[in-house]
Amino acid sequence: MADAALSSPANRAAPAKARVQNVQAPLWRNALFVLPFLVVFVALLVVPLVWGIWLSLHKADAFSSGRFVGFANYVRLYNDKIFWQAIGNTFYFVLLTVPALAVIGLMLALALNSRTRTAAVLRTVFFASSVLSVTIVTLIWRIVFVPGFGLLATVYGWFGAAPPAFLSDPDLVMIAIAIATIWWCIGLPMMLFLSALQQIPGDIYEAAALDNANRWRTFRYITLPSIKRTFVLVVVIQIVLQFQLFGQAKLMTNGGPNNVSKPMVLYIYEAAFTKWDLGLGAAASEVLFVLILIAAMVQFLVSRRKGESA
Amino acid sequence: MSSMTSAHAPTPASDVGRGAPSGMVGRTTGDRIILGLTIALAIVMMAPLLWVVALSLKDNKELMVSMNAVFHAPYTVQNYINILATSSVFRWILNSLVVAGGLTVGTLVLSSLAGYGFARLNFPFRNVLFVIVLMGLAVPEQAVLIARHQLFSWLKLHNTYPGLILPGLSAPFGVFLMTQYFRAIPKELDEAALLDNASRFKIFWKVLLPLTLPAQATLGIFTFLGAWNDYLWPLISGTKKEMYTLTVGIASTQTNFAQSEGLGFLMSQAVFAGAPILILYLFFQKYIVTAVSGAAVR
Repeated sequence: MADAALSSPANRAAPAKARVQNVQAPLWRNALFVLPFLVVFVALLVVPLVWGIWLSLHKADAFSSGRFVGFANYVRLYNDKIFWQAIGNTFYFVLLTVPALAVIGLMLALALNSRTRTAAVLRTVFFASSVLSVTIVTLIWRIVFVPGFGLLATVYGWFGAAPPAFLSDPDLVMIAIAIATIWWCIGLPMMLFLSALQQIPGDIYEAAALDNANRWRTFRYITLPSIKRTFVLVVVIQIVLQFQLFGQAKLMTNGGPNNVSKPMVLYIYEAAFTKWDLGLGAAASEVLFVLILIAAMVQFLVSRRKGESA
Repeated sequence: MSSMTSAHAPTPASDVGRGAPSGMVGRTTGDRIILGLTIALAIVMMAPLLWVVALSLKDNKELMVSMNAVFHAPYTVQNYINILATSSVFRWILNSLVVAGGLTVGTLVLSSLAGYGFARLNFPFRNVLFVIVLMGLAVPEQAVLIARHQLFSWLKLHNTYPGLILPGLSAPFGVFLMTQYFRAIPKELDEAALLDNASRFKIFWKVLLPLTLPAQATLGIFTFLGAWNDYLWPLISGTKKEMYTLTVGIASTQTNFAQSEGLGFLMSQAVFAGAPILILYLFFQKYIVTAVSGAAVR
């Protein structure tokens, strides 16, 4: 098709000129291409976004928009110990998962950055969990952690011991959720690091080899500086992603015991969809939005800087 | 993890292989240790999966006596036969197929049209509109979730397929991706077609769209996988059992782990739900990895 279109212009250029202008004449008509998306975008993203802010200033339930209460919902959040706990839990979870994902992802990428069949198979294994849904991931990990008949309990049982109560000990539940999450999400950081490693020109390593640079020095002075930006990018992407923790916490512990594993999104979900206090939920989601926006802006700046240098 | 520290830096020898077509693993002792540790970690990684598969193949009465029964015969496929007979899994798979399929097709159509429009055509407020759409990338689902839910309540769209599909169509990522892609196509192509007196739509449809197939594949896989695995919106919108997506449906079965309820049956449902996507992954691994990591970097 492209060929046919290309072959003709030379000899027909002159008479076609007028028609080109014809096509361009009604400019607004060109907007028809973007219109379908814009309608959906405005109706289901822009309007709900503004509406959400408006809702956060109201005492609303499922069907009515309620009455205006000013910043009362935000004041209620400020005075709600559980909301602060949920924010703390979310940050704790980000702290547990993001460094681990970045470091383990990088180590796997370094170990598997070769063209052998073994490396390919192992890459397949480490990325495989990423395609599963949160429901299956939590089902798998609950059956690992669950006391009595879980995988851990069975393995511990061989030695006549009982495993730590990962899903009920307040000190351990977040760690259990973090382990399941790292297992689920490790594929993406690994793949991002792998593609960064493959951009490093091989001759730099050849030079290092000639200099007899050892493993650590090669990593420290060649690999690490070359993938610095990817590292920052992976960290920021994961912060935004892990900040939105919901399914794992809901399905593995439902926020318990005593709210120690309740993240912000679960707080929002419960406020809005189990207590049907939509105003409070909306206010909490605006707080979450601002926190994610900060991380997203960092991501934008980082990836733009990356684009400029390329 | 600390035992993996040695994995940090590969030897110069295998680093040389890195850029070259033939990497070498297991060349030096250090490489062998790294490989061994990585394989060990891979086994740990797979152990929970294998545990679930093994449980799904056991008779429940045996499991109630001792979990060690998992490690020896007899194994049975009875749990899977029970799924075929009684479970709602099929309905949920159908729902997920409709929702993920509809969302994928819709996203591809809307994003391609809009991407072409933003990349190639001139119209009033084009740049302002594009910037607004880009800003939409930063809006997390949670910030619009509650208002959307209320809107859909009023429109009576909950527990319908459009109700499950529509919110995903407003995501700006596809438009962003397609605009980038259309911009990368040489302008001479559409200019030549324009001289041929082809309409804008014809140029889009016949000349440019076929060239965007790789981007369509990336966006399509990413959208489908995301919709298939989505949990939050289907959880609050599709609340009737017959409108559960697979993700929500499987979650609803796992509220109680009491062995009497049939641990093996529960696990077989999980395997049944997870296996198709894992098998697809094995076949289309390259595309899936590209789609997911490409989407993450934007």
